[in-house]
Amino acid sequence: MLPLNDVVHLAVTGLAQGCAYGLIALGFVLIYKATEVVNFAHGEFMMLGAFTVLAYSEAFGGSFWPAFVLGCLTIGVVGYLIDAQIMRRIIGQSSASIFILTVAFGFIFRSLAGIIWGWNTLSLDTPFDGQVALGGEFAIATDRLAIIVATILLCVLLYLFFSRTRYGIAMQAASQNQLAAYYMGIPVKRLVSITWAIGAIIAAAAGALLAPVTQIDTTIGLLGIKALAGAIVGGFGSIPGALLGCLLIGIIEPFADYLLPEIKGVSPYIVMLLVLFLRPEGLMKQTFKKKV
Amino acid sequence: MQVLFKTRYEDDIRFLPKTGEKIRVGLVVAFLLAAPLLLQDYYLGELGLLLVYAIAGIGLMILTGHTGQVSFGHAAFLGIGAYCHAILMSHGVPFSLSVVLTTALSGLIGMALGRSASKMHGFYLAIATLAFLMLVETLLGEWESMTGGYGGLAVPGLKVFGISLASAWQQYYLDLFFTFVVVLGAANLFRTPTGRSFLAVRDSELSARCLGVNVEWAKIQAFGISAAITGLAGVLLAHHLAYLAPDVFSVLESLKLMLMIVVGGLGSIPGAIFGAILVSLLPVALSFLKDVLPPALGQQAGLEPLLFGLIIVIFIVFEPQGIYGRWMKLRFFFETFPYYRKSSFVRQKSYLKTERMR
Repeated sequence: MLPLNDVVHLAVTGLAQGCAYGLIALGFVLIYKATEVVNFAHGEFMMLGAFTVLAYSEAFGGSFWPAFVLGCLTIGVVGYLIDAQIMRRIIGQSSASIFILTVAFGFIFRSLAGIIWGWNTLSLDTPFDGQVALGGEFAIATDRLAIIVATILLCVLLYLFFSRTRYGIAMQAASQNQLAAYYMGIPVKRLVSITWAIGAIIAAAAGALLAPVTQIDTTIGLLGIKALAGAIVGGFGSIPGALLGCLLIGIIEPFADYLLPEIKGVSPYIVMLLVLFLRPEGLMKQTFKKKV
Repeated sequence: MQVLFKTRYEDDIRFLPKTGEKIRVGLVVAFLLAAPLLLQDYYLGELGLLLVYAIAGIGLMILTGHTGQVSFGHAAFLGIGAYCHAILMSHGVPFSLSVVLTTALSGLIGMALGRSASKMHGFYLAIATLAFLMLVETLLGEWESMTGGYGGLAVPGLKVFGISLASAWQQYYLDLFFTFVVVLGAANLFRTPTGRSFLAVRDSELSARCLGVNVEWAKIQAFGISAAITGLAGVLLAHHLAYLAPDVFSVLESLKLMLMIVVGGLGSIPGAIFGAILVSLLPVALSFLKDVLPPALGQQAGLEPLLFGLIIVIFIVFEPQGIYGRWMKLRFFFETFPYYRKSSFVRQKSYLKTERMR
């Protein structure tokens, strides 16, 4: 058996990793709920976010927070434009074309990032250094703690946004029934674009916060696929479900990598395929079969 | 415009009802048969590779274009086909038996995936196939005793019924033979109840179910047939590559297959072939681009996926029916001149086809 110290260490690592997946999955689920489009390029938003924050940070001489805010907003604008300029044109096409399109975006973003920032691994200076003691002999690295705190903070913010603000409630309405929302005078098109922007901002924030843990290169967008796997494990249609699924995947992953190094990195997919095999709708069911 | 009078049932299910189509297809077949006389060995090899990709494209087309099930994992079947065939051949199994076994194995794995996927829909399927591809890629890399791991695996020489097919034209004719078999088989498939049930599932699962189609079984069949054809393409690909490595069968390869069928035109067998032609011409275009672009941009490593992605985006946004759709429009324009209208081919859009209520 593993010593307790290792278990705690792996669990904490996994918790932070799961939170990071959860942040990315939040964007997936938001966009899915608003438009029923699954944005396979969401991991690439995260990658672009990390690179943009790095670029701003270098331009500002190493100060993290202004670069963080500006970088997230930039990616938000990119997300808004992608929806307003491209995704809006292909509403009504078969979902197959739309998936293929978003996957193609992923490849374009990755290539562009590689061409602009190079293919080497870069690192970002963040204010999260050192460790925080958890009592006893256990400690948690500050950068991982930052991810966990940011996830909780963003979830609370999003919850308040969707339940208290005018825009949030309008978005909920548009998500439940677009046509009815449209008749009620809700600007559905703009709201969908804003949803894309919010998703992209969250992904960019996740990218910047993950940067000290994973470093930055063009392949970190693949984390998006793991986040998608997590969201599917939990059930794609619900935000709490997706977050839970991501936490589960995140906690399983370090243990699986530690115990079975041969399958390093693919345990999320195995878990996902298992869940899909046993419960095709995810752990929390969201679709309902129409009785004919 | 040529008017077709259908007086018998055979008229309705004929492959090529129009004279013009017969002549065009006849010319293409004649060119393919005569190609070894016309082309040098290098170009013959490239043409053979094009045929292999056309086979793989038809495999994916049956699943994605005709049954409407997106698979990002088809490179996995290409890999399974190539590796299984190479391993069987190196253990002394004759080519003909190995092809049958490999195709059957690939089809069975496809059916198993289809079984787990038959209850899924839309993107659950897309992501499950993507995960499947990653698992297969890892497996091919890690199972060293069988696959040679990341070091690679040499493919034994091509030998059919004891006759060694070493020269380029012999291999080309082998590719061509299988291409004919697959194209005819796929075209025939869509005249059978099975093939028609695929189309029904694509257009609406609900109405297919109402008409008595067993939707789950149709999806499993589509997966099986598609995987078997792609596995066959993998067998032929193995002989073209001569040396297999796991990273050949990556997500980029899947994207290439996707690009073929999207750009060729979803839901048409000629589309898969047009797509294969385009994908084969892309490296030429890339090397041309590298010369034209300034060196700082032209020498970049990411140019190929960038180009793939851009072509897919442009086609999906501006010409969702692909090259084949464009060709149909062009033909219609000339056949009905001057009656072609912009609205002749306007697609009927359905807004917010929700997946939550099925």
